[in-house]
Amino acid sequence: MAIAAGTERAARLAFNDVSLSYFTPSGETLALDSVSFQIGVGEIVSIVGQSGCGKSTLLSLLAGLIAPTSGTVSIDGQAVSEPSAAIGFMLQQDTLFEWRTILENTLLGPELRGHDRAAAHERAEGLLDRYGLRDFKAHFPHQLSGGMRQRAALARTMCLDPSILLLDEPFSALDFQTRIAISDEIAQIIRSEGKTAILVTHDINEAVAMADRVLVMSRRPGRIKSQHVIDFAVADRERASSLELRELPAFNHAFQAIWKDLDVHV
Amino acid sequence: MSMSDVGKMPGEIATPAPAGRQASPAYLNWQRAQVRRRIGIVAAQLGLIAAFLVVWEVAARMLWVNPLLTSYPSAVTSSMITLLQDGVLFKHTWVTLVETITSFVASTALGVVLAVWLWLAPTARRILDPFLVVGNAVPKIALVPIFYIWLGPALSIYGIAIAVAVFIVLLMVHIGFEQTDKNKVKLVRTLGGTTWQILTKVVLPANRSVIVAAMKANIGLSLVGVIVGEFQSAKAGLGYLIVYGSQIFQMDMVMCAIVILGVISLALFVGISLLEKWITDVRLIRAEN
Repeated sequence: MAIAAGTERAARLAFNDVSLSYFTPSGETLALDSVSFQIGVGEIVSIVGQSGCGKSTLLSLLAGLIAPTSGTVSIDGQAVSEPSAAIGFMLQQDTLFEWRTILENTLLGPELRGHDRAAAHERAEGLLDRYGLRDFKAHFPHQLSGGMRQRAALARTMCLDPSILLLDEPFSALDFQTRIAISDEIAQIIRSEGKTAILVTHDINEAVAMADRVLVMSRRPGRIKSQHVIDFAVADRERASSLELRELPAFNHAFQAIWKDLDVHV
Repeated sequence: MSMSDVGKMPGEIATPAPAGRQASPAYLNWQRAQVRRRIGIVAAQLGLIAAFLVVWEVAARMLWVNPLLTSYPSAVTSSMITLLQDGVLFKHTWVTLVETITSFVASTALGVVLAVWLWLAPTARRILDPFLVVGNAVPKIALVPIFYIWLGPALSIYGIAIAVAVFIVLLMVHIGFEQTDKNKVKLVRTLGGTTWQILTKVVLPANRSVIVAAMKANIGLSLVGVIVGEFQSAKAGLGYLIVYGSQIFQMDMVMCAIVILGVISLALFVGISLLEKWITDVRLIRAEN
């Protein structure tokens, strides 16, 4: 049975009874079935589920890249119909343009939206400084390591100052150590800047470590199966690293509960 | 690990040895071996040409082959000098060169513009797909007499050359456009980019090397089209010179025109290679300075 996952905070994003079918010559596939949930202002929500359960489809709907077959997706009460300036999207690959420098890659969003060049330039420089890429602005993507590239991609997303971040397994291409370091950094950045964020991931550890709430999706057709509020008794979560969090018994409980809900059969 | 620590990691950047430090003897040896190897390759290439010329000359002089049919290098050279002194050779070469470059530019531009149109109009792409495949497969040489009747002696040369060359550009660039990284396109859409911006910011820059490869394939075909066109209709050009020379049984003249054709194709190829360097490296060169 589908549940309507809610939040006590004012709703920023809302899925209201959203279904989506893909049509191909060989038939139709129900990818999402009556999905309803809300995400509050400044909340970080992880969505976990097995491959093909429609996690990434949720993000494409929010970003206005595709339209639902029925139901409504809304941002601040407004139905989504086209890519919104409030949304920043981070994809699985960093998709940096290899023919542009890191600074020029960062400036892509303002350039596409026709923003003021000087202001965008200043903002991009500031972001790259903060993300530890001060000395690499004039470098090309192939000259950077995987972690640095992912931070450059974050700077590019942040350069439009989106208030909502959609993260589609943005760390899955990174090696294990870099992945932990970068996901901590990015979670801190999102929290300190008060962004609302949705993180789609396979990695339960990552989902629990980064989010305030974890939504578990069923297998296709995707439904919201359960939600788990992550509430650690850590005084200052902003400063706790995910490695510290992973030591806590509460972390383990959350992991076990989510694992059980995922209902993995091999 | 804090962010500033991560930022100082040099990643995969190769750092050259600081200036003033001595290179190791092993490295110097390696450098010398590289130079020797490069000299050896050029020497072998020149040697091959020289050997070919010597065998050709000797075979004709010793009457192993009939020199009336094959001509020979020294005869070709003296024929070339005579033709050069008359200004005849220059005139014919110039005509062919202008026709080739004009057809090359026109067919490249037309092919790229059509590929852009097909990319913008997916329905047109679906409708035209079989026609493009057939159009590419039709031997354009078969159209020479028709083009001659339709376009007249001068324009038919351009018509044939463009017809021969345009399909390869269209097909190669079209395939390149189709295979552009979908994630980059998706990214630009999430950042609010329009279809035109997807074309100019992603699809075209991502396919620079494809377009250059299409130009390389095109240049040879443009030259084939021009020569075949000249066979049919021209009063000037290297194709005309070849037909005329064979009709009056002047093989020196024919061979001379063929040598010039070889030089032209080499020059055009070098030109495109330079263009390729400029197109693909211009961003990197600018960043280094």
